[in-house]
Amino acid sequence: MSRRIDQNTVKLRINGIQLEVPEGITILKAAETNGVEIPTLCELQGLTPYGGCRLCVVEISGTTKLFPACTTPAASGMEITTHSPKLFEYRKLVLQTLLAERTHICAVCVANEHCELQAQANNHGVDHVMYERNWSCEEVDSTHDFLVIDRNRCILCTRCIRVCDQIEGAHTLDLKLRGKNTNVIMDQDQKWGDAKSCTSCRKCAKVCPVGAIYIEGEMIELTKDRDIAAFLTKRRNRQK
Amino acid sequence: MITESKVRLATIWLSGCSGCHMSFLDLDERLVDLAKKITLVHSPIADIKEFPENVDVTLIEGAVANEDQKAMLVKARSRTKLLVSLGDCAVTGNVTALRNAWEHSDQAVLKRAYADQSNKNPQIPNLVPKLLVHARPLHEVVTVDHYIPGCPPNADLINYVLTELLAGRQPVMEGRSKYG
Repeated sequence: MSRRIDQNTVKLRINGIQLEVPEGITILKAAETNGVEIPTLCELQGLTPYGGCRLCVVEISGTTKLFPACTTPAASGMEITTHSPKLFEYRKLVLQTLLAERTHICAVCVANEHCELQAQANNHGVDHVMYERNWSCEEVDSTHDFLVIDRNRCILCTRCIRVCDQIEGAHTLDLKLRGKNTNVIMDQDQKWGDAKSCTSCRKCAKVCPVGAIYIEGEMIELTKDRDIAAFLTKRRNRQK
Repeated sequence: MITESKVRLATIWLSGCSGCHMSFLDLDERLVDLAKKITLVHSPIADIKEFPENVDVTLIEGAVANEDQKAMLVKARSRTKLLVSLGDCAVTGNVTALRNAWEHSDQAVLKRAYADQSNKNPQIPNLVPKLLVHARPLHEVVTVDHYIPGCPPNADLINYVLTELLAGRQPVMEGRSKYG
């Protein structure tokens, strides 16, 4: 049997289908380029993967552990399952813990019906949250001229932080503390209005999957732009 | 699951805005078909004081916010075969539960509503049912069989769930329900 030796590709199976993908890409990318859609929330094209939300977990044969598709590199010989009843239940569980963690009340949220968390909950048939909710009372900061952050709606996906750092290059936003006390902060945990490094570029509001960061007085569907990071990355690479 | 020729249906209005009942009435002409299949045994739109025994399906709107509502819910559960959370307040707590973010929110809302706003002889009424510390979704108090989320839930969704339940089938919510 002759085998083509190509150092730059790996052979693996996704949902039983044999694929050959470039070496070094993630399972998520490998699945996407071959038409397999894995649900994601914290992942955003054009930004580095974070692996925080755990919605994209997949099964790999030979281990009972679940792996996040967005951060796990595709390796030779992997047999990956992206959709199964078990994974569906785990994803439902992830969504419910996200909804239980903070005060997500869609009826009074600017992002109602334009929210990725809500959309994923709908896709997964999450019709209630089985956990007792946390009823958080986090700080709302509207000191900026037009950008507002309501931390009660934040799912800590860090998209805003990554787009601020990697695309805008300002790194105004970051996280403080750990566990359930984690929160998005501006500069040295200052009010947004006092954060001098903020360029008011609005990218954080554009990529926020929920209604945590929004622009005052602007319809959320006009603010949201999921493709902004990928678009700018592509443009910049072309200019080089 | 439900064998009798006419299904005994009840609806209850707890801490909600009645929007879910309005949405239920938005079934419009489908109500005529529904009326052939059910007997409405208890509802805010049918003046029956006591919650009856042997109810097949109970739709409950609103969160559980006070002791009376809690007792009502427990009674309804013990007398109902299938209990359905109708709308976001029943499913998540929704606007009713916004007060939960405050510490001692039961006292805080009463103080805000009756004392802080009054400059003449402010007093907190003691005749109203005692508020629970937290407004809660139904399934945190009793077992709930089905959920119809939405604020308010779409009439088509209410119709779908009722049709399925009356036919003895399990409603499938994936891709159908709208969370929140």
